[in-house]
Amino acid sequence: MGISTLDRRQFLCRAGVAGLAGMTLSEPALAAADEVGGYGVLVDTTECIGCRKCEFACSQSNKLTELPLEAFEDRSVFDQPRRMTADAYTVVNRYGDTAGAVKPTFVKAQCMHCLKPACASACLVGAIRPQANGAVTYDPWKCMGCRYCMVACPFQVPAYEYDHALTPKVSKCSFCFERVSQGGKAPACVDICPPMCLTFAKRSELLGLARAKIKAHPEQYLDHVYGEHELGGTSWLYLTSRPVTELGLMEFGEKPIPEYTEPLQHGIFKHGVPPMLLFGLLAVAMKMFDSKEDK
Amino acid sequence: MSEHAQPVSLRRGLMTPGVLILSCIALAGLAAAAYRFVFGLGAATNLTNQYPWGLWIGVDVASGVALAAGGFTSAAVAHIFHRHKYEVLVRPALLTAMLGYTFAVIGLMADLGRYYNIWHPLWPTMWQGNSVLFEVAMCVTVYLNVLYIEFMPIVCERFIGHVNLPGPLKSLNRPIDALLRLVHGTLAKIMFLFIVAGVVLSCMHQSSLGSLLLIVPYKMSPLWYTPIMPLLFLLSAFAAGFAMVVFESLLASWTFRRKPEIVVLSSYSRFVALFVGVYGVARLSDLMIREAWGGAFAGDGTSFMFLAEIGFGIVLPFALLLSAKGRRSPAVLLIASALVVGGVLLNRINVFLVAFKPPYAQTPYFPSVPEILVTVGLVATLVLAYRVCVTLFPVLPVEEHETLGEAKTAKKRRPAQAGSHA
Repeated sequence: MGISTLDRRQFLCRAGVAGLAGMTLSEPALAAADEVGGYGVLVDTTECIGCRKCEFACSQSNKLTELPLEAFEDRSVFDQPRRMTADAYTVVNRYGDTAGAVKPTFVKAQCMHCLKPACASACLVGAIRPQANGAVTYDPWKCMGCRYCMVACPFQVPAYEYDHALTPKVSKCSFCFERVSQGGKAPACVDICPPMCLTFAKRSELLGLARAKIKAHPEQYLDHVYGEHELGGTSWLYLTSRPVTELGLMEFGEKPIPEYTEPLQHGIFKHGVPPMLLFGLLAVAMKMFDSKEDK
Repeated sequence: MSEHAQPVSLRRGLMTPGVLILSCIALAGLAAAAYRFVFGLGAATNLTNQYPWGLWIGVDVASGVALAAGGFTSAAVAHIFHRHKYEVLVRPALLTAMLGYTFAVIGLMADLGRYYNIWHPLWPTMWQGNSVLFEVAMCVTVYLNVLYIEFMPIVCERFIGHVNLPGPLKSLNRPIDALLRLVHGTLAKIMFLFIVAGVVLSCMHQSSLGSLLLIVPYKMSPLWYTPIMPLLFLLSAFAAGFAMVVFESLLASWTFRRKPEIVVLSSYSRFVALFVGVYGVARLSDLMIREAWGGAFAGDGTSFMFLAEIGFGIVLPFALLLSAKGRRSPAVLLIASALVVGGVLLNRINVFLVAFKPPYAQTPYFPSVPEILVTVGLVATLVLAYRVCVTLFPVLPVEEHETLGEAKTAKKRRPAQAGSHA
């Protein structure tokens, strides 16, 4: 795939976003969104045909496997729901009955790139960090392999290279951080997606696009953008025609996961004051009980 | 009181059948650990992407730290609140804590994918203060060193006046002796700092271990997930700490054929009852306030584990320890303290393994044979290390003259008052 096709796709993508979003968003809001806020991807599950080309592009781009495109054309994998592994940062699953009563829905899964990521809050050495461009990235050199990030992730995304004895890594979608950093180039999966079910743009623009789509085709979409508010918001957003719980996604409240631990943690250990206070109290007690005994 | 209870090194042969069995288990564990380090976590464990934490974190680390709480609880009672009659329990508890934490770190090394990076949390550029695990790591690291410092006087006592290096090293005998005296003298003046610091650090990380899983509100059974997990972990660590000291003291009396310190222990066991009671009230009222009883009687494995934890770990030992008569019986004390210790162990296993319900899990987690071998091997090695340490160092407050027969009758029929030493 040449540079020119990439650029053309991207141009079409951006143009489509701007056009659709313009229906609902005022100009200043768009301009502001372009300056601040990270990127995101809108996954329109009603458009996905389950071609698995995103899996192929991800595998190629991240050098996960050397499997050819043909290997990803096997549709029998849809018989069982799959999850991400150390060799697959993204997987597409099929939901709905195969008998044909309900049209099956294909749903791409990968790291959601939370705006307030639990994994980053959990990581004790700062190996996982949310970046300004929306990506949540992982630095294997800092990592000590405790896997608390995997415990913490509410979407159950990170996988582990359990089979590497010496240098195992936490593996998850990086939002193609390098590419996205280069002037907002789209991630590999978005680039290859034939039916345009993946749209890459600033998150704020995507929210506009999503609402516009819902407004334009209320019969096609549920009036809910999954990831807009869930757990404080995610960079990856989903449009669905069915309740998310039927599509392998979990329902969440709006409270970001780090807020379950961080306020307590900072409350108990604020500037080290409470521990010092306890230290002082105990030292005084020690002295008092000692002199009491002397008498 | 302290005249009869001077801690002494235990001069007794090391090669007993028990020690041989423990050595075999320890070697099996070592082999399993070697397997893990050569072939990786994937080959050695049943951990998956959905269950990233297994037996080693749940038992070796989390339970190990809880059961080693006796070090700080006994130090607090005897040294901070100056209940000097419990002085005899401090050294064995301190040794257990020191070994417990050391082995928790060794167990953690086996679990870490990049174990050679274990020092990273100490490096300022990698500090991540939002992480509960960071706080735990820092506290445990510092506390481990505090424990070694608290143990130093015992090492000094053992060797002062007894430094006897062979051959050409002989000239070093006097300087080393002088150094030991200096360390001993200095530590005696500032030890209170370390004792208080040990209690503070323990309160911090024992509770923080309970905060660890606050980060999984959507992945845990409501029977265990509660915002007060840190408080429950702290209270249960107190209970486990006191119970462990009683349990271990009785076990050591039996193993080394000694009279149990029954007067001290029955008095000390009131703390066990107190903290099991407070912990139980906190645990049960939390369940009621949150109306989280739902799954308790579901009849599945999870509900069984929950009921076992509450029934055998809290209610039964509390009932046993309520009566003064029960507290004076070595058998009741042994059973009750073992139940409390087992209950806290079960709680940690439940919190970290049973209650953890990750989405998308295809197969439930159960530890592999190498995982079990490493854990059992670590416990065996710990017991051996304890055995070696009480032989080398003045830890146990015991007399030398008792025979097996005497000890047995002591265990069976001795009225409680007879435990006070002649």
